[in-house]
Amino acid sequence: MRNISTILRRELAAYFTTPLAYVFIIVFLVLAGVLTFFLGDLFERGQADLQSFFTFHPWLYLVLIPALSMRLWAEERKSGTIELFLTLPIRLIEAVLGKFLAAWCFAGIALALTFPLWITVNFLGDPDNGVILASYLASWLMAGAILAAGAAISAATKNQIIAFIVTAAVAFVFIVAGTPTVLGLFQGWAPEGVIRAVAATSVFGHFSAITRGVIDLRDLVYFVSIIIAFLGANAVLVDLKKAD
Amino acid sequence: MLEIRNLVKHFGPLVAVDHVSFTVPRGEVLGFLGPNGAGKSTTMKMITGFLAPTAGTAIICGHDILTRPIAAKRCIGYLPEGAPAYPDMSAAEFLDFIAHIRGYSGREARRRIAAIVEMIHIGEVLHQPIETLSKGFRRRVGVAQALLHDPAVLILDEPTDGLDPNQKYEMRRIIAAMAPQKAIIISTHLLDEVEAVCTRAIIIARGRVLADGTPAELATRSRYHNAVRLGVPLGAEARIKADLEKLSDVAAVEEADDGDGHALMVFPRARRSLATEIGDLARAGNWKLTGLRVERGRLDDVFRTVTMPEPQLPAA
Repeated sequence: MRNISTILRRELAAYFTTPLAYVFIIVFLVLAGVLTFFLGDLFERGQADLQSFFTFHPWLYLVLIPALSMRLWAEERKSGTIELFLTLPIRLIEAVLGKFLAAWCFAGIALALTFPLWITVNFLGDPDNGVILASYLASWLMAGAILAAGAAISAATKNQIIAFIVTAAVAFVFIVAGTPTVLGLFQGWAPEGVIRAVAATSVFGHFSAITRGVIDLRDLVYFVSIIIAFLGANAVLVDLKKAD
Repeated sequence: MLEIRNLVKHFGPLVAVDHVSFTVPRGEVLGFLGPNGAGKSTTMKMITGFLAPTAGTAIICGHDILTRPIAAKRCIGYLPEGAPAYPDMSAAEFLDFIAHIRGYSGREARRRIAAIVEMIHIGEVLHQPIETLSKGFRRRVGVAQALLHDPAVLILDEPTDGLDPNQKYEMRRIIAAMAPQKAIIISTHLLDEVEAVCTRAIIIARGRVLADGTPAELATRSRYHNAVRLGVPLGAEARIKADLEKLSDVAAVEEADDGDGHALMVFPRARRSLATEIGDLARAGNWKLTGLRVERGRLDDVFRTVTMPEPQLPAA
């Protein structure tokens, strides 16, 4: 535990010692605001909720989250610090968890900084704050799932740009799998079970389910198992590729 | 303190390390010598638990690196090749991170960092980002990191690479000062470094240990061991050379023009001592010698002989 928190603090500090943290937070807040007000028509809908804010999160994360995960391992491998890091008396799983949790905390900080929107809707009307809280949780879980995938992909390459692009592609597949457009392609010829299976693997479906205000155990299990699976893959990839 | 048992590492078809075994007791500074690509760094990476060996293992302070990696790693201070460190962090932040990972916090962490900063002389750059430091300071930060927990086993991959002569001298002084309490391995391709700090040297090439002994013992394997260098006046060399070649223990006489003036290098048979015989001959022949020196042997010569692939002999 102690080692995890030491690694977490170092990694989190590493975000803030470069402009990455500030650029990320500013771009995230500006994009979230623009999407919510202009594409989401927050005011025109005349409803006191944040649905027009959360609707765009999968697409926002598709572009932004890979930027957080791409450096996690690729940078260590490129600069050779991985040899120093992994010869310290720590377990591999502590290293993997420390790094992932740092990125996840950072995503949480960026998400928390959107609180003025929440204040705005509370000021203008009487929203269901339970739904909003559930939606924040869903958004953070989705960020965690993409980050875990991104961390594993980052361990497979020395090149951060490659890590970014591949992570974005993987996230895209996970997100669109549950959209009506993709499910529509299967409609009419594929058996019901296949359609359900495709929908069930999708981040989008589980995310939308929680943002409706119902925290179903199945949705939580989905995100947690995605995260655990990718972290496991992360550990294996680090072990395989560290010396290349 | 440190025991290497039959380490083997294959990278695909390439055999990088081929059954390397040795032990390093406390108080010994082992110089790990070899040409580039000889397997020095790969061996060090296996000892420190970064690479898994294909076969064999390393025992550090009684802990097997394969079965008890955490306990073994606690006993090791390691400076990887190139002294990697997080470029965005300052030296102080970096050492603080290492201290916490090594299990120190609060006052104890501060005390250890202060002591090491004092010892390695990095106080003036402590709060600069590591990426802005000169190569010498970066290397010293790497060494500081390896020494922070006062490890019983110290493994330094090219600790003086990139340092200027003063810094090299300083680093060797630091290593020599720690030597009595630790088992130390340093890899290098600087032969004067081996003679300056090492109590033992291992020459490795193509993954195999080819020579193992004190630097003085290794030097006796040089063809220059017990060779005699004679400074001779111009014009007299032909006569002196002819006289020398009559001695039964003389194998060869070569003319040497090595910057110190005109000289003859006399090589003995079977590395026997020639000084007395040559002295007598010189007095008898009334040579006007400008100098006489018995060579101890040259490590670079041994290094070359030992590590060069043997010439292919034509089939008889």
